[in-house]
Parts: sequence; C-alpha cells; structure tokens
Amino acid sequence: MSIVLKLQDVSKAFGAITVSDELSYELQSGEALGVIGPNGAGKTSMFNLITGALTPDSGSIWFNGTDITGMSAAKRCRSGIARSFQIPQPFGAMTVFENALVAATHGAGLTKSEANEQCLSALEQTGLLPKANILAGNLTLLERKRLELTRALCAKPKLLLLDEIAGGLTEKECHSLVDTIKDIRSTGISIIWIEHIVHALLAVVDRLVVIDFGRKIAEGEPKAIMDSKQVKEIYMGIEVDV
Amino acid sequence: MSAATDHIIVQSSRTSRAASIVALLLLATLLAAPWWAGRADLRLFGEIYLYVALACLWNFLAGYAGLVSVGQQAFVGFGGYCLFALAIFLGVHPMAAVPLIFILGTLISIPVAVLIFRLRGAYFAIGTWVIAEVFRLSAAQISALGGGSGTSLPVDIVRAIASSRSGREHAAYWAALAVAILVIASVYLFLRSRQGLALQAIRDNETAAQAMGIDIWRTKFFVYIVTAGLTSAVGALIFLQKLRISPDAAFSVNDWTAFVIFIVVIGGIGTIEGPIIGTIVFFLLRETLADLGSVYLLILGFVAIVVMLRAPSGLWGFVKSRTGIELFPTTRRVEPRRN
Ligand SMILES: Nc1ncnc2c1ncn2[C@@H]1O[C@H](COP(=O)(O)OP(=O)(O)O)[C@@H](O)[C@H]1O
Ligand SMILES: [Mg+2]
Repeated sequence: MSIVLKLQDVSKAFGAITVSDELSYELQSGEALGVIGPNGAGKTSMFNLITGALTPDSGSIWFNGTDITGMSAAKRCRSGIARSFQIPQPFGAMTVFENALVAATHGAGLTKSEANEQCLSALEQTGLLPKANILAGNLTLLERKRLELTRALCAKPKLLLLDEIAGGLTEKECHSLVDTIKDIRSTGISIIWIEHIVHALLAVVDRLVVIDFGRKIAEGEPKAIMDSKQVKEIYMGIEVDV
Repeated sequence: MSAATDHIIVQSSRTSRAASIVALLLLATLLAAPWWAGRADLRLFGEIYLYVALACLWNFLAGYAGLVSVGQQAFVGFGGYCLFALAIFLGVHPMAAVPLIFILGTLISIPVAVLIFRLRGAYFAIGTWVIAEVFRLSAAQISALGGGSGTSLPVDIVRAIASSRSGREHAAYWAALAVAILVIASVYLFLRSRQGLALQAIRDNETAAQAMGIDIWRTKFFVYIVTAGLTSAVGALIFLQKLRISPDAAFSVNDWTAFVIFIVVIGGIGTIEGPIIGTIVFFLLRETLADLGSVYLLILGFVAIVVMLRAPSGLWGFVKSRTGIELFPTTRRVEPRRN
C-alpha cells in the first residue's frame, strides 16, 4: 500500500489561537480516516491546510509523494484533492447541474461529454437529479450539503475530504448517506471524514484521529479510541452514540 | 437505464430561438440603415452601437469578473490616440489600424494588469483611475499630436477612408455596428464556454471556485486584457467618427466610464441583455432631455437611484427574475431525452 497523504509537523496560528499544532499523520491509499474533536479544535482548518485555502506557518504536506505545501488550491484540486465545505459554498446564481459541471470541467479536467455524464451520474447518486435545473442559491440547507458532496465527487478526486455532511439528517437519510460513502470508498478513493455523528462515522472509517486545540491527541482503531479515557473526557457532556 | 443516457444537456430555449430569429431580422434592418436613415440618425446609431460595445465590455469586467474599473477611459483614449498615431506617423489605413489597435491595447494592458491586480476592492478601482490619468498626461506630452489641445485627422487620411462624405459616414456606421456585434458575440460565446463556466463560478463564490480547480488570477487576467484590447478598438472607432482628438475628450471619465456604469447598472449588471437595454434607455433619455442642460444630469441620477431601489438587479434583472427569459442563453439545462 502507498501513502496518499502525509502531514509532517504542520503548524498554523491566527494570533493567539493555534489551529494546528505540529500535526502529523499519514493516510494509506484506499483508506477511510475519521476525524473527531470538539468545536473549534481546528478540524476545518486542517482541511483548509490540506486543500491550500490556508498555508502553514511551518511543516509540510505531501500528496502522492509530492510536496504540495506551496501549491495553489486550484492546482491541488486538479491533482486530485476535493473537499466539501462545512458551511456550504454553492455557486448561488448557477444551477445545481452547473455547480457540479464546474468541478467536473475544471477540477477533473473532463471533456464536455465526459463531464456531462459524470455530473448526471453523481447527481443521481446523491439524489439531487430532480433539482438539477434549480439555482443553487434556492436550495435548502440539507440540499446544499448534498450539493457539496456531489460537487466534490464530480472533481473525480483521489482524496475526498468531507466536513460534517451528516448533521441534521434523519436516521434513514443518514443510513443512505453511509451507503453512498461506502460506495465511493469501494471505487478506491481515499477519504478523510470529519463528523460529529459518530455512529455514521464508525460505520465507514478504518481509523480515527482525535484533535483538540490543533493537536492530535489520539489515533488508532475506532472502537478503542472511542473507549479511551482521553476521548471520554473531551466528550464529557456530549452524548456519544456508538 | 442510467441518468446519463436518459438525459440531455441543452443550452437554449424556445424563447431564445425565437429571439435569435427576431435578432437576425433586426440586424438585416440595421445593416441596411444607410439606405433608409438620414445622416443625423446614422450618426446617432453609430454612437449607440459604440456605447453598447463599451457597456458590454464594462459589464464583462465588473459584472462577471468582479473587476470594478473606473478607468476604462484609459483604453478608449489609448485606442483613439493609436488610431491617430498609426495613421499620421506610419500611414496605416484607419480601418486597417482597428484590428492592430486591438492587439496594442491587449499588450499595453498586460503590465497594467500585473500592477493593479495587486490591489483589492476600492483600491483596485482607484488604481484603474490613476492609470487612466497617467495615460491622459502622457498623451498630452505628444506634441506631434497637438499636446494638450489635440489635433484633427489630416484631410488626405480622411479621404483615404472613402472619397465622398457619405461613403465615409457609411463606413464608420458599418464599422461601429460590426464592432458592437463582435463584442456581444465574443462575450456571449465566452460565457457559454468552459472558461465562461469558470468565470460565473468566480462571480458567485471565489473560495469554492478555487477549491474546484479554477485559477482565479489567470481567468481574471484574461478577461481584463481582452476587455482592454476590445475597448481600445472601440475607442479607435469613436475617434474615427469624431475625426478629432484631445487628451480631455479621449480620457474623459464622464463620457467613457460614468455614463457606461449608469447604463450597465440600470440595464442589469451580470447579464448580457442588461447593457443593451441600458444603452437604449440612456439614449432615449439623452435625446429627449439633453436640451434641459444640467437638469438632464439630475434626471439621470434620479433614474439611477429609482432603478437601484426598485430593481437592484437592473431592468433586465427585474424581467429575468419574473419570467426566467434569457435572450442570450448561457444556462445549461438538464432535460429528459425524447426519442
Ligand atoms: N481565518 C481565520 N482567522 C481567524 N481565526 C480563525 C480562522 N479560521 C478559523 N479560525 C479559528 O480557529 C479555530 C478553529 O476553527 P475550525 O478549524 O473551524 O474548528 P473546527 O472545524 O474544529 O470546529 C476557531 O476558534 C476559529 O474561530
Ligand atoms: Mg469545522
């Protein structure tokens, strides 16, 4: 197995707030990694660092054996890293289909007919096909989150970063989301999934990383991590539903 | 069956197909205007076409690429001065100079873009205006073109366009119509292309556009320099019509930017139809109210304020949001495949 992503002592601070504190870990090709941690721990910032929306103060980030620390966000996407945004960022005056098409055309670099095909099948997979002609700005919050997933898929990533996409779903919707992510995984795409809905996360991931104050405080087999004292301390007061 | 085989993607509508037939008939009528319109009307129409072109270009820059320039007079004036310089110093035929000026305008805008793209928001706008002032002051230094007071196009060069006065007027009219069509068609085809998709994504959300693989700087840079080149070509035709140039007329912020912004804002920014509608409204107001002197400018301001309050997306935006009509369709729609 080869290493898809490697973070090496990545640090980033905004003034007094440290969002990433010498963060290091590796992701194997085809692996699904879960990330948990309290609000404000720096999980989304970690995605910003991986995708190039933020540059680290120190440390380096490697993707498929290449140092991408100084690479632009657009180039990282084109080389195979796609993300969903925790707070949806749709192209509001474009249709749902066109939102997906942007990713398929510019992220994946597909030709016109390949891109159309990719978008239609991704929209079908995420259940947004009936909304294809609606302006993305007119979608509900849940639909916008589904669009985030669709758009990231259309970029045909090797590494897919998902940021809290299960919040607010009913039990049934959550199950179908888990099935969708399992399907995506079975095509060989490596996944990092930040999620508060722990039972959904545990149904998919091979490994968990726990982040607090920008530091990695635990890493390992999901069940063992969830039972550890450290995690229970952090989640004290939060109902952990395993 | 899969979603991909059950659906097709279309980029036109019944309205747009009907509109294109009407547009072709209108175009034929306008092409024949030298045979049915009077001399003054022809001149007015020529002016309208050149304003349509300027408004489409400013809208492309500000409404799509988010580059709010208040210095496009730099390129109008540059184009005008290049026309005079090429014709007087190098003996280039004025009509042949126009495509050349497109290239020169594109080239000179490259260092300008590299410089002002470091600025954001209001600073960018101020930067474009400062650049335009630098262009104006430089033009005033060219003593061979009359320095600060300007110059006229020599008679032999004017004669080279066409031997008769009406021949010249017809040539200027058709050139203005051609450049307006060229500009509208370029903007329309660009927006329908994959680069146009990128530009619309940037307009809506830069963070997401970048995350989806779009190089924002490169896309905006391309829009800026092409717009500059085309604006220069329009500038050349404006002064070909006037036959006289001076720094104050060539680099007028009022004529080439303020009125253009008014047109785009009342017509509808970020749409292809908006600048065309806006130009028609502007000329209707100007032709009926210009005798009122400064009151005319007050009325223009009043109209702009009413439109901004009542229909913030402009007259066309107002129509579009109620009817969904697109005369120049860029939206891609998913439709079930019919056999
Ligand atoms: N661009 C920024 N500037 C300043 N502070 C930021 C910025 N982005 C995030 N933060 C702060 O960094 C901390 C971590 O945020 P985030 O990574 O979103 O946490 P999480 O996703 O784990 O909830 C928060 O306190 C947040 O307010
Ligand atoms: Mg977060």
